[in-house]
Amino acid sequence: MIRAAAIRMLELMLVGFGVSVLTFLMIHLVPGDAAQLMLGGADATPERIAALRHTLGLDRSLVVQYGIWIGHVLQGDFGTSVWTGRPVLEEIAGRVPVTVELTCLSLLVALVFAVPAGCLMATMRRPGPDVMLRILTIAGVTVPSFWLGTMLLYGAGVLAPGVPMIGWVRFSDDPAGNLQRMILPTIALSLPVLTALSRVVRAAMLEALAQDYVRTARAKGISEGRVVFRHALRNALIPFTTTAGIMAGYLFGGSVVVEQVFALPGLGRLMVGAIAERNYPLIQAAILLATAVFVLVNFAVDLIYVAIDPRAREA
Amino acid sequence: MTRNPVLLLGAALVAAQAAAALAAPWLAPFDPNAQDILARLHAPDAIHWLGTDNFGRDTLARALYGYRTLFAIAATSVLAALAAGGTIGVLAAWRGGWADHVAMRLMDVLFAFPIILLAIGIIAVLGPGALSTAIAIGVVYTPIFARTLRGPALLLRETDYVAAARATGASDTRILLRHLLPNLTPVILVQASLSLSTAILVEASLSFLGLGTRPPTASLGRMLAESRNFLTFSPWPAVFSGLAILLAALGFNLLGDGLQDALDPRLRSRS
Repeated sequence: MIRAAAIRMLELMLVGFGVSVLTFLMIHLVPGDAAQLMLGGADATPERIAALRHTLGLDRSLVVQYGIWIGHVLQGDFGTSVWTGRPVLEEIAGRVPVTVELTCLSLLVALVFAVPAGCLMATMRRPGPDVMLRILTIAGVTVPSFWLGTMLLYGAGVLAPGVPMIGWVRFSDDPAGNLQRMILPTIALSLPVLTALSRVVRAAMLEALAQDYVRTARAKGISEGRVVFRHALRNALIPFTTTAGIMAGYLFGGSVVVEQVFALPGLGRLMVGAIAERNYPLIQAAILLATAVFVLVNFAVDLIYVAIDPRAREA
Repeated sequence: MTRNPVLLLGAALVAAQAAAALAAPWLAPFDPNAQDILARLHAPDAIHWLGTDNFGRDTLARALYGYRTLFAIAATSVLAALAAGGTIGVLAAWRGGWADHVAMRLMDVLFAFPIILLAIGIIAVLGPGALSTAIAIGVVYTPIFARTLRGPALLLRETDYVAAARATGASDTRILLRHLLPNLTPVILVQASLSLSTAILVEASLSFLGLGTRPPTASLGRMLAESRNFLTFSPWPAVFSGLAILLAALGFNLLGDGLQDALDPRLRSRS
C-alpha cells in the first residue's frame, strides 16, 4: 500500500513538473514577440516593450527564466495582469468560487443520480428496451451542454418570465438567489456526465452480477436487493470511482463554456476575455492552477482506488 | 450487421450528414451569407425550412455550410492526432525500455490538462481561428491515441506471428506495417470514431466561445452563440444549430459504440 502510494506520488511530481514546463513555455511559443503583442499597437514604444520583456524575463535564457518563474509561482506570485496592473492571482481568486461552486454542484448531482440510474439500467435487460436505452444514453452523453443550457434558458423564459436565472450573487449575500441561478447551469453541465457515469455503473454492475460470488450469494438464499447492493454494487463502484475522477476535470472544462451561457463571472469567462487581451500571465496562471487541482483530484482517486482494490497494489 | 442496430443507426447518421456537408453548395436553398432584411427572424416556413436569423440569413443554408466547417476541422485534427499519437504509441511499445518510458510520460503530461483548458491554452498561443482550433484539438487527442494503441501493440509484439516474421528476417518497418497495423485497425476505427464525436463537441465549444472559425465562414458553434442575442424573438437558429451539433456528435458516437460491439466478440456476448 505504501509502496504503491509512493510510486504514484513520484509519478504525480513528474507530471506536475511537465505540466509546469509546458505552461511556462506557452508564452515563448507565441509567434512573434509576446511583449509587443501584449502591449498592442498603440502605446508600444520600444522602451515600453523592452521594459515589459524585462518584467516578463524574456531577455534571459530559458532555463534561468523557468527557474525564476517557478520560484515565484510556488510562492503564489503569477505576475501582474498587463491590463489592470493587479496581481494575476488576485484577479483569479475573485472568479474561483463561481467555477468551483458550479463544478462541485454538477459533480454532486451527477454522482447522486448516476448510481441508482445505472443500477436500474442494469436490471432492465430485454433486447428491445436495451437498444433504445443505449441510443438514449449515448445521446445524453453527446448533448452539447452549451446548447442544453441555451434551450433551458429559453424554456425558463417562456414558462417563468421575470425569474432571474442568469448571473451570479454571492451565496453569503443571498443563498436562495445563488442556488436559484445555479439550477439551470448545473442541469446543463451535469447531464452529459450523469449519463456517462450511469453507463459506467450499468456496465460494471452487469459484469459484477455475472461473477461467481454473486451466484454464491444467491445460492445462499440472500435477498436480491442485498445481492445487488451489498455484493455487486460495492465491486461495481471501483471503475466508477476512477471515471468520476476523470469527470471532475471534464466538468471543470465544461464549466468554462457553460459560464458563457449563463453570464456567470467564473474562471472560464475570465480566460476567454484574457485571450482577446493577450493577457498571457493570467491564462498561464488559470491553466496551471486548474490543471494542478485536476491532477491532485485524480491522484486522490488513485489512492482511493488502491485502498479499496487490493489488486491495484501490485501494479 | 443487421443484429447491430446501434452501428446501423450511427453509420446512417454519419453518412447522411457527411453527404449533406459535401453537397452543401447544391443542397443549400440560399447563399449562407445572403442577408434578407425583409425576412428577418422568420419561423420555419415553406421558403425558409428552418427559419432565418437576425440578418435574414437562411438557417438551413448556414447549418449545411456549418457542417462542412465542423467536419473538416474535426476530421483533420483527429487524423493528425491518430498519425502522431498512433506513431508514438506503437513505436513506444515496439522499442520498449527508455524510449517507451520517456514517450509515455510525455503523453501523461499532455493528458493531465483538462481537454478544453489545453485547447484554450494552445489557441491563446496561436491566436483564434480555424487552423488554431484544428491544431489545438489535434494536440489534445494525441495522447489519447498514443495510450489506446500502445497497449494492443505491446500484446501484438509478443505474438508468435511477429516472432515468426522476425525470424524470417523481416525488417522492423515491414513488421510494423504488414503485421501490426492490420491487427490494430479495429482499435483504430473504434477510437477514431469516438474521438471524432468528442472532437466535434470540442470544436463546437471553442467556436461557441468565439475562439474558432472567424466570420463570415459559417460555423455551428458560433451560430448558436450569435443566436442567443435574439433568442426571445426567434429560438429557431439556436434550436437547429445545436441540434445539428448533437446529431453530428451522436452519429460518430453510435458508430464507435456499434463498431466496438461488432469488432470485439468478447463484448458481444456480454451485452
